Amino acid sequence: MTTETASRPQAAEGPSATALLTVKNLSVRFPTRTKGFFAKPAGYVSAVDHVSFEIARGETLGLVGESGSGKTTLGLAVLRGVEPTAGTVELAAGGGTLAVTSLDKQALRRSRHHMQMIFQDPYASLNPRMTVRDIVSEPLIAGAGDWGRLSRRQIDDRVLDIAVKCGLSKDQLKRFPHAFSGGQRQRIAIARALVLNPALVVCDEPISSLDVSIQAQILNLLADLQESLGLTYLFIAHDLAAVAYVCNRVAVMYLGKIVEVGTTRQVYYKPKHPYTEALMSAVPEPDPDAPRRPILLTGERPDPANPPSGCRFRTRCIYATALCAERVPPLRDLADGHMVACHHADQLKLRGALDFAGSERQEATDDRF
Amino acid sequence: MMIAPIDTPVLSVRGLSIALDTRDGHAVPITQDVSFDIARGEVLALVGESGSGKSVTALALMQLLGANLKVARGEIALHTQDGFRADVAKLGARGKGIEAIRGARMGMIFQEPMSSFSPIHTIGQQIAEVVTVHEDVGRKAARARAAELLGKVGIPDPVGALDRYPSEFSGGMRQRAMIARALICGPSLLIADEPTTALDVTIQGQILELLRSLQRDLGMAILFITHDLGIVAQMADRVAVMYSGRIIESAPVRDIFRRPAHPYTRALLDAVPRLGDIDRGRRIRPIAGSVPNIFDVPPGCRFHPRCPVAVLPRCAELQPPRYASGRHEVECVHGEKVLA
Amino acid sequence: MSLLESLAPSRFLFRRKRYRPDLASQWQLMWWKFRRHKMAMVGMALLGVFLAMTLFAETISPYPPGQRNPSYVAGPPMLPRMIDETGAVHLRPFVYGSKAVRDMVTLRMTHQADISQKWPIRFFVRGTPYRLFGIIPTDIHLFGTDEGFVHLFGTDFTGLDLFSRTVHATRASLGVALVGVTVSFILGAAIGGIAGYFGGWIDNFIMRLIEFIRSIPTLPLWLALAALMPRDWGPLATYLAITTILALLGWTWLARTVRSKLLATRHEDFVLAARLSGCSDARIIRRHLLPSFLSYLIVDASIAFPEILLAETSLSFLGLGLREPVESWGVLLFAAQSIRAIDQAPWLMIPGVFVIIAVLAFNFVGDGLRDAADPYSKS
Repeated sequence: MTTETASRPQAAEGPSATALLTVKNLSVRFPTRTKGFFAKPAGYVSAVDHVSFEIARGETLGLVGESGSGKTTLGLAVLRGVEPTAGTVELAAGGGTLAVTSLDKQALRRSRHHMQMIFQDPYASLNPRMTVRDIVSEPLIAGAGDWGRLSRRQIDDRVLDIAVKCGLSKDQLKRFPHAFSGGQRQRIAIARALVLNPALVVCDEPISSLDVSIQAQILNLLADLQESLGLTYLFIAHDLAAVAYVCNRVAVMYLGKIVEVGTTRQVYYKPKHPYTEALMSAVPEPDPDAPRRPILLTGERPDPANPPSGCRFRTRCIYATALCAERVPPLRDLADGHMVACHHADQLKLRGALDFAGSERQEATDDRF
Repeated sequence: MMIAPIDTPVLSVRGLSIALDTRDGHAVPITQDVSFDIARGEVLALVGESGSGKSVTALALMQLLGANLKVARGEIALHTQDGFRADVAKLGARGKGIEAIRGARMGMIFQEPMSSFSPIHTIGQQIAEVVTVHEDVGRKAARARAAELLGKVGIPDPVGALDRYPSEFSGGMRQRAMIARALICGPSLLIADEPTTALDVTIQGQILELLRSLQRDLGMAILFITHDLGIVAQMADRVAVMYSGRIIESAPVRDIFRRPAHPYTRALLDAVPRLGDIDRGRRIRPIAGSVPNIFDVPPGCRFHPRCPVAVLPRCAELQPPRYASGRHEVECVHGEKVLA
Repeated sequence: MSLLESLAPSRFLFRRKRYRPDLASQWQLMWWKFRRHKMAMVGMALLGVFLAMTLFAETISPYPPGQRNPSYVAGPPMLPRMIDETGAVHLRPFVYGSKAVRDMVTLRMTHQADISQKWPIRFFVRGTPYRLFGIIPTDIHLFGTDEGFVHLFGTDFTGLDLFSRTVHATRASLGVALVGVTVSFILGAAIGGIAGYFGGWIDNFIMRLIEFIRSIPTLPLWLALAALMPRDWGPLATYLAITTILALLGWTWLARTVRSKLLATRHEDFVLAARLSGCSDARIIRRHLLPSFLSYLIVDASIAFPEILLAETSLSFLGLGLREPVESWGVLLFAAQSIRAIDQAPWLMIPGVFVIIAVLAFNFVGDGLRDAADPYSKS
């Protein structure tokens, strides 16, 4: 059981000079339209609001937040799956720097082999009318890129190679997606994303639609592939506990803004933003003896089309003061790359994952069987 | 599986088997021989992954199975505080018998709060309706009761909320309104089918806290159906673990988490990521393979193809026996040894 | 319940070797699902019969549609029998002969069965020569008699065999509908595709245009357009013109379906995944969008078919559509609209039964296709 207990790859913690992905001031706004022939935008929803972060090569950055936080939109905007309204995305790939946000349509298509995506719902993200082989080989055939024109034989070899790496058998390649369970479908989706050998993979909640017993398989597969292929992940999730297993660093989003970034340990053990603390306290610990946690978050998420003034979290924050309503807190570096957007980060004594966790888990003792 | 009753249980399910009728007249079993008791004021968590039959079991308790599903065998004995007794399994999906139970003696809340309310009636109308159907009260009194309940479930300005439409409520508020509707007639048993799965984690915390306090105040029993072991640990007094249509283990919550007896329960606990685990630098242990398809259930023990401690060929051929030690029961060949 | 399960008729069948849904393509899954729809299979069989009638009209009909039988004018349908008046069973079906009798009340000549004469029906008999498919010269007919004659559906006031005419009329009626549907299909797919793909003001404009066209009452419009057609146009020109008129008005339905399906599938995750894989727009349309709504288009076409069929019948019935000597069901029914026809030769309305059967058959098939169109839905 050496692979199961092996530690996950430890990349350099904290942002470094060898950033693979650099995102600066990225914003995505969606117009809220009124219906009609001469419709004009009635207003805008800032799904992502001036977000900046870096991901080092070989690192996994977790992006956590609740629904409506803009985390999926941010992931798509990085790949230009949705068009950002402002900001820049740069990818250090192909021996140079790729200015993703200024590529034209053709150049963007060619750049796809550097950056790929794994979707949340493996039932929706695979075309039911194509065989597994066709699905996995599509990026090879469709995008010109570095792979150029491969012969059918070369394509088959490459598809089989990556499929086997993702835990699929040769026999399964000629089947259609409907013959597979959720976990196997997600393996197909992973194979498709990795067939071009991309540098960056955006994983959009890749395990949240899977059964508990399958989630672990996929998490471990992603970790193995990262190690063997040298991948860099932007790992979007709402499950804080799962994120902790795969991420070197974690960014917490609330209403379109990053409120805290740091190494997994910094964010989980010594959170500096009240929202991070509240999120952590809300995760039910699978231990009946764990202390009942206080409810730190009351009320509901404000309408993103009409966010509160100042700090966007202040309406639900138990520590909010008058200052929070007046000024937008900037994302500032506290120490060692632990960044937080809170006016009171220095004074607050917040509780982390260990303060909320229960007693030690019962270690597996298989000798009882 | 038999679970010894402490008192006369509110609900006593015995040998419940639900079958799916295929078009050519074959009956495919969805659940087999499901038995459990829920005592007054007890929270029983029914845990399982997709396809385990947990939600179907809940629907059967309310006679809400769809057209193709039917109770093939078994007994669902309801025994409420007011001396009411009935075998729900013998009642039809329609008629006076089940209507006296549904919504009045057993309440139910669902995963999807949006589709549980009609969009064209106000929240007040839909909650008050439940009272007027079951009790001989006037419209005004029903409205007052609805407002009282909305206040109890933590909806601000409950009287104002009566005249609002479901679309004006957020997901969390709608779930609160659904709880109010389920509880307005003071049921002895509340069936909660994944009530927080569609909600954000912070809202989930609020709803769980609400259910806990309501359960304490009203003393009702809850059958809590979920796949989330974290919620189980926080909510349940007792746990029944379902796998592929059978209850394979049941025990008080502490025993399930501290001394899991079935290899599946164990594996499931090992597969759950935990918040405090990050410093160990170790990985979660997955369960190999996938959940069996109901049309293609493995013979013998249903878990044997994925089981690390299966005894072959015995586990692949024979349905494992049930072993019990106190209130801890397990369906596994190793059961006797493990429970000892 | 998953797809595999919903398709599997039983455990037994599920394990049969040939039943491999995991290897089945969209069309195969659709066929499996369609096959379980009994009425659709009946409709399918009926359409097969109609198809045979259009292909082998000359062979199936015992006489050319223009051949008069002067000795059996306005004669009633002749019923083939196996049992004669004495109760004896004949191995070869026969029809009774016919004799003209004057009705003593109306003083009109009517035809009555003459049980003293039995004309045996023979199969694959030699008759009037014709060219099969317009090429192969032959004189074999499916059935006929050596002596006397057989008119299964009777004859009209000029002595033409109604059965032969009805069989031949299938060709024109279904032909107009087929061409009409094809033209509508192309127009609808193209215009709906443009609206759905480009969106914005183009979409807005096309949708308003469709709403405008659909708001025009159809019958007066047909009448107006048909009245514009010069009377001196030959049968072929009229035929084409009628088809075009029907198609020009029929595409709106399809355009709407195409547009809405396109808008729906365009936002599917797998389309986004294809885009992020580097697929060009053309490839996305060809490999992802088109295959996923083609089946819905076929459903719509099969439902549009009877509408156009009925439209042709109505126009011809009103005397504004196809005209003699072209035979269509509508043209035949046109002859059945006088009081005299209803009174003296009610069998002239038999082509109407064909119209009803054809419309029902298409609707059954359309129903089955609709159920099968999305074989990936969970039900």
